[in-house]
Amino acid sequence: MKKCGKRTIIFENRPSVLGYASVVGKKEHEGPLSEEFDFYTEDSFFGEKTFEKAESKLQKTAVKIALEKARLDEKDIDNIFAGDLLNQCIGSSFGLKEFGIPFIGLYGACSTMSLSAGLAALFVDSGAAAHTVAVTSSHFCSAERQYRFPLNYGSQRTPTAQWTVTGSGALVLGKGEGKPYINSVTFGEIADYGIKDTNNMGAAMAPAAADTLLHFFSDTGTKAENYDIIFTGDLGYVGTNLLYELLEKEKTDIRCRHSDCGLIIFDREKQDVHAGASGCGCSASVLCSYILHRIEKGDFKNILFMSTGALLSPTSSFQGSSIPGIAHLLNIKKD
Amino acid sequence: MRPSNKEYDEMTKRVSPPSSKIKDFVFAYLIGGFICVLGQLLTELYSFLGFEEKVVKMAVPSTIIFAAALLTGLKIFDKIAKRAGAGTLVPITGFANAVVSPAIEFKSEGQVLGLGAKMFTIAGPVLVFGITASAVYGIILWIAGMF
Repeated sequence: MKKCGKRTIIFENRPSVLGYASVVGKKEHEGPLSEEFDFYTEDSFFGEKTFEKAESKLQKTAVKIALEKARLDEKDIDNIFAGDLLNQCIGSSFGLKEFGIPFIGLYGACSTMSLSAGLAALFVDSGAAAHTVAVTSSHFCSAERQYRFPLNYGSQRTPTAQWTVTGSGALVLGKGEGKPYINSVTFGEIADYGIKDTNNMGAAMAPAAADTLLHFFSDTGTKAENYDIIFTGDLGYVGTNLLYELLEKEKTDIRCRHSDCGLIIFDREKQDVHAGASGCGCSASVLCSYILHRIEKGDFKNILFMSTGALLSPTSSFQGSSIPGIAHLLNIKKD
Repeated sequence: MRPSNKEYDEMTKRVSPPSSKIKDFVFAYLIGGFICVLGQLLTELYSFLGFEEKVVKMAVPSTIIFAAALLTGLKIFDKIAKRAGAGTLVPITGFANAVVSPAIEFKSEGQVLGLGAKMFTIAGPVLVFGITASAVYGIILWIAGMF
């Protein structure tokens, strides 16, 4: 690998996507990307006793399917990079404990997919690992009870609120020919513009997204026009519009080649998700289904994928702190 | 140029869609009003059945609390409250829902540390400040009564 500019790491040995899988819940399956997912469950408990265990099972299932698709065994994997939204990341640790793969737990909130995939690619590229897995998940019910109210509590959501995706996405990386590969990763800095409204995560994350994207363009000397499409993780309706405005101030326009995973996984009007979707599982399940399908078909050859995260906790928001945002960017290509 | 936090706050307000206040008011009025009518009908019914006024005053809120708790358990209450807002929150139905919903949700952490400990996470502050306010009111009334 080589460093390019201030923050971008360009890989030289083509860490490739050997397998990928997405597992989602009922509402996601009923959305516009219905046919793209590998597996879905109608039961929000996924046959388990608690929502936390259900989330662990989402990750476990995603990893199993991704390994099958890559025709690899868990013994072939050197490291697994994973994280989720639950306290102490129990979604990942309990979901992956049976695999016997050296585990690197991460917390990047909803940015975890590009964080884990970036690090997994770095391990493959450097030769530290032959095969790695990157996986993350979120579950509407486990997130609601940790961050907001009990499910049956009668409250009204504001129009800026986003709906946590029940889903998981897993990538298996290794060296391979003719597959989509991760060309570079740009890890972002924490950006905090003073947003305190926990029902407006898009606004909290948009500055981090703008900052990481601008750093990437400056590092690589490229422009939005050089890429087929730019995917952001879960900015939703509000965050997307703020990202456009922030970039406009820097004379960068991505409107005609941008899509947000949080705006395409659900039908915003019909599925009543207000400003869109959110959660680690949002960008993960969209990357590991729709996006990689399109890349494999040849519809996209050179894309940017940037998961965005809000690094808050219930404690920090009760104490009146603002919400720091984060965004990490991957450049994914296929020849 | 990075906007200042104040400028960014203004940008955010501009692009954030507002709640549809008129719709919220209408639903809150209609559903809240319906609950009050229901209360009145129950009062008439219990009086008609020959209960004393004192009993009726106890039986009506008990019935409404039971109905709200049952609807919470059946996962219907939150669907009504999503539209009704203050219409279901302000009457005693809101209080019943605030106690029953965490009790259901947190039973996965056990009867004591889950259900028992978390049952009043939402309703707790209402009780603390409600009881404190009633005590303060009582003291004021007691002092006022001395003159």
